[in-house]
Amino acid sequence: MTRFLRQFAVLVYASIGLALVFTSAIAETPFPTIHEPADESAKCIHPEDEMRRNHMNYILHERDETMHEGIRNEPASLANCIDCHVKPDDKGEIANIESKEHFCSGCHQYASVQIDCFQCHADRPQKYIKRDKRTSSLTQDLQQALANNAGVNK
Amino acid sequence: MTDSTNKSAVDNSRRDFLSKAAVAGTITIAPGVLLHQTAQAASVSTRPNDEPVSSKNRWGMLIDTSKCANGCTSCVDACNEENGLVGHGRPETDSQYIRKVTLKDKSTGHETSLPLMCQHCETAPCADVCPTGASFVRADGIALVDKHICIGCRYCMMACPYKARSFVHESVENQKLTAPRGKGTVESCTMCVTRVDNGGIPACVEACTAENHNAMIFGDLNDANSEISIALKERGGKQLRPDLALNTGVRYQGLNE
Repeated sequence: MTRFLRQFAVLVYASIGLALVFTSAIAETPFPTIHEPADESAKCIHPEDEMRRNHMNYILHERDETMHEGIRNEPASLANCIDCHVKPDDKGEIANIESKEHFCSGCHQYASVQIDCFQCHADRPQKYIKRDKRTSSLTQDLQQALANNAGVNK
Repeated sequence: MTDSTNKSAVDNSRRDFLSKAAVAGTITIAPGVLLHQTAQAASVSTRPNDEPVSSKNRWGMLIDTSKCANGCTSCVDACNEENGLVGHGRPETDSQYIRKVTLKDKSTGHETSLPLMCQHCETAPCADVCPTGASFVRADGIALVDKHICIGCRYCMMACPYKARSFVHESVENQKLTAPRGKGTVESCTMCVTRVDNGGIPACVEACTAENHNAMIFGDLNDANSEISIALKERGGKQLRPDLALNTGVRYQGLNE
């Protein structure tokens, strides 16, 4: 009888332990950060569920038409996505693609799907990017190079 | 959801119809005015942006080196600003879409200053050698790099007789909306293709005109009435390295042989 009781107690402790493990696991399950569009009055070009599944196909198809044929009225445009969906937070800070707070990264980091778009494309709307006039350094370099070249030519 | 999508599709077609109707109205109501507008607009694109580019146009530039001021870099600055080109203090590898070149005639000492950029060849060596099809010449004569399929092999840079192309060695951020550019791809003058598609002129030409130097003309080489065609007909214009028979879209005036 004592043996049975002991076994029962072990079972009870084990189940409590297991339950605790599962609860904490659920609490730690990561969820994607889903961001609302900046302009909530604007309608997306397709319903939300369609865009969640197929946004990449729309963009891929139309990028070739734009690049090679100069068709620029395409409804699916990466620039338009960014314009509508990426916005500054309450402090006026705007997240770049590296941050989970960026509209695209919220899900993409969660799903571990790497996106290459923003290695070349602007990841924030132009109106929010503060640009210092860094081009002047290139100009100075250029002038230096020109001066060197001129020396060679003469 | 579906209903609202359909509704917006209907609205769009209504809008298209109305805008077309408005254009048709302009043609029938005021033919004189439209004729005037066409003559003015001959130098920029009037293609609706839902139609593909065609060989009906051939975009080009004419540079009058006698008007190009020595020491002036406003075209270069405007290009850097337009395309978000940022230097890293390494002139050998920093991207250049356009650069100023000074030529000196050794016998007379006469100096000629000129901007040099992608010459937008009809039979472009860069497109010839590209193994992936990333380098191509658009139907309207603008030579471009499709960075989506560029593998960064740099064959095009070696093939280009004008050294017009640059390779992006560093990660890029804060790109301009109309000038996507990134590490590992080749890039060069795009003749400001987004501006051109929207009926504008390249940033360098705009800057040169704003400086009142007027050394650069942009326009349609296929349109006999465009400013550039008229100027070429009246005063001629040389290709750089005409021996290569590349039929360049950029022509120069005031160069000695």
